Amino acid sequence: MSVVLAKARQALAAGPLLSRIAAAVFGGYALAALTSVAAVALPMSRTEAVFTGLLLSFVIYTLAVIWVFAVRSATRAWAGLVVVAVPLLLAAWTVWKGHGAA
Amino acid sequence: MNASSPTKQSTPRKVPGLRQTMSDLHIWTGLLVGWILYAMFLTGTVSYFRDEISQWMRPELAARSPVPDAAEVAQRVAGTLASLAPASPQWNIGLPDERNNVVSVSWQNPKIPGRRGLETAVLDPASGERLNARETRGGDFFYVFHFQFHYMPVPWGRWLAGFCAMFMLVAIVSGVIVHKKIFADFFTFRWGKGQRAWLDAHNALSVLGLPFHLMITYSGLITLMLLYMPWGSDAAFKTPAERQALTAEMNVRTPPGKPSGEQAELAPVADMVRVAQERWGRDNVGRVAIGNLGDAGARVMVVRGDGGRISVSPQYLMFDGKSGELLQVKDRVGPAAETRGVVFALHLGRFADTTVRWLYFLVSLAGTAMVGTGLVLWTVKRRAKLPDPEHPYFSFRLVERLNIATIAGLPLAMAAFLWGNRLLPASLTGRADWEIHLFFIAWGLTLAFASLRPPRRAWIELLWATAAALALLPLLNMLTTARGLPASLAAGDWVFAGFDLAIWAFAALAAILARRTALHKPRAVRQRARPMAGEPA
Repeated sequence: MSVVLAKARQALAAGPLLSRIAAAVFGGYALAALTSVAAVALPMSRTEAVFTGLLLSFVIYTLAVIWVFAVRSATRAWAGLVVVAVPLLLAAWTVWKGHGAA
Repeated sequence: MNASSPTKQSTPRKVPGLRQTMSDLHIWTGLLVGWILYAMFLTGTVSYFRDEISQWMRPELAARSPVPDAAEVAQRVAGTLASLAPASPQWNIGLPDERNNVVSVSWQNPKIPGRRGLETAVLDPASGERLNARETRGGDFFYVFHFQFHYMPVPWGRWLAGFCAMFMLVAIVSGVIVHKKIFADFFTFRWGKGQRAWLDAHNALSVLGLPFHLMITYSGLITLMLLYMPWGSDAAFKTPAERQALTAEMNVRTPPGKPSGEQAELAPVADMVRVAQERWGRDNVGRVAIGNLGDAGARVMVVRGDGGRISVSPQYLMFDGKSGELLQVKDRVGPAAETRGVVFALHLGRFADTTVRWLYFLVSLAGTAMVGTGLVLWTVKRRAKLPDPEHPYFSFRLVERLNIATIAGLPLAMAAFLWGNRLLPASLTGRADWEIHLFFIAWGLTLAFASLRPPRRAWIELLWATAAALALLPLLNMLTTARGLPASLAAGDWVFAGFDLAIWAFAALAAILARRTALHKPRAVRQRARPMAGEPA
């Protein structure tokens, strides 16, 4: 029984790290992708806006990864990503919706 | 993010500080893809001399003469193409420049649609005749390998390269955060002090080229950004026509428009090229692309080359193929598109003159060494703490062997590629592919060798083998071609002479490394390794 508990505790200990890795690789990419879409809402020509988003997205990705490992816990890491994602998502939503209407 | 703040977790473990977590991040991002990064860096570094390598690998093509007049060459080559590819709806003529002594043409085989129907030839700019050189990928092999590898589908290779580049970017930024005394570290060098010397070397190489390393990694991602990050473009553009507005800001499209169905002769191409020369200068016309050939709707695009400007954004003149009238001038793109063009150009360095090209090469080589010393540092640091140095644990052995096969093995494989270029018979079918197979066979053998020999011996022997393979290469060149070092020096043929001399410089470098490794006496296992000053972990 204690062995099972120890194993479970070990798995739990690895949990936050795995969670951070997922936040960095997938969360970071999602944030970067969201940036590239949100940028299309910028008040400039579509082509220019797309380029701006593309150029920014890799910077955002890098900063997101650094953030994820710099903060104190995996929960904070995810929370930080979500906080940035919300406004980006709003902007991206106008892009997706705006295009549907056009 | 106060590193010393007490934690409220149930475990009493102290939360590691920022520099410690960044150090871990740096170590793991660097280690996991370090071997691939080393290969990307080294093959990318030599690609700054891609054209020169290609010239060396086709020794039967005459040494560079003064750059011929683009207008005359284009006209001459159009004449050749009229007999070589009369039925093709399009021709593409890559003109010679200071670093390239041939005309590369491609056309479409009308019977085979799509990319597979694309046929290519190399022509002599002076005669317009087709040149018969040995079949080789030349320097293009290293260039293409450094972002898409080989033996795998192109998108996979490019995604793998992008994945590794992203790791690199994170490793660079976290590495900078780790070093709060970044400039002090740069002036610190503790020679011959084992781990500290490796750390100092790693720091010096990294800080020295830091702006370059950041630029080259970021710009590498930008070169393929639409592949990695298609979402913005997908959201903004729904039809192919809309998307073309985007790609038109990045590349020169093949001449647009539909054929009229009415037959027509092509107006003199030379006149069109001259108009472009007046705008950009005599030697700055990169290529000429012609579409709807033989039709009244023919279009001729005269495209600006990469020299003389730090941007790869498309600039071209479009002419009516029938009347020779100038229809369109594309000489600028939007600011964001131009930013991408400049970032891309900084990565390629094609604007560079010889001096700047060498600087590019050297600092990029420092980047390669940065990755290499980082990989070695991982083992050096852990060797001191091994419980039983005679029998290290599996992951230690794995890293050590991969380090040997990559750092010492890849240069040997690259030498094998060049040896294959001189030794494989010209009549061999699939000769160009066999040069590449030889490269990978040699590389595989170094991995096998590194796995079987004691690590120290493997380092020394592979480095000596690399030194020998490189040192003998100019001799092989002398025996198999008429353009050996004495001849090329006498003729002032600096592509060949420079190549042979650079190869000797690399041979000397490999020999010095081999000797230093051989002379190095690993210290007796120290009592518990102390944490070093200026370095967490």
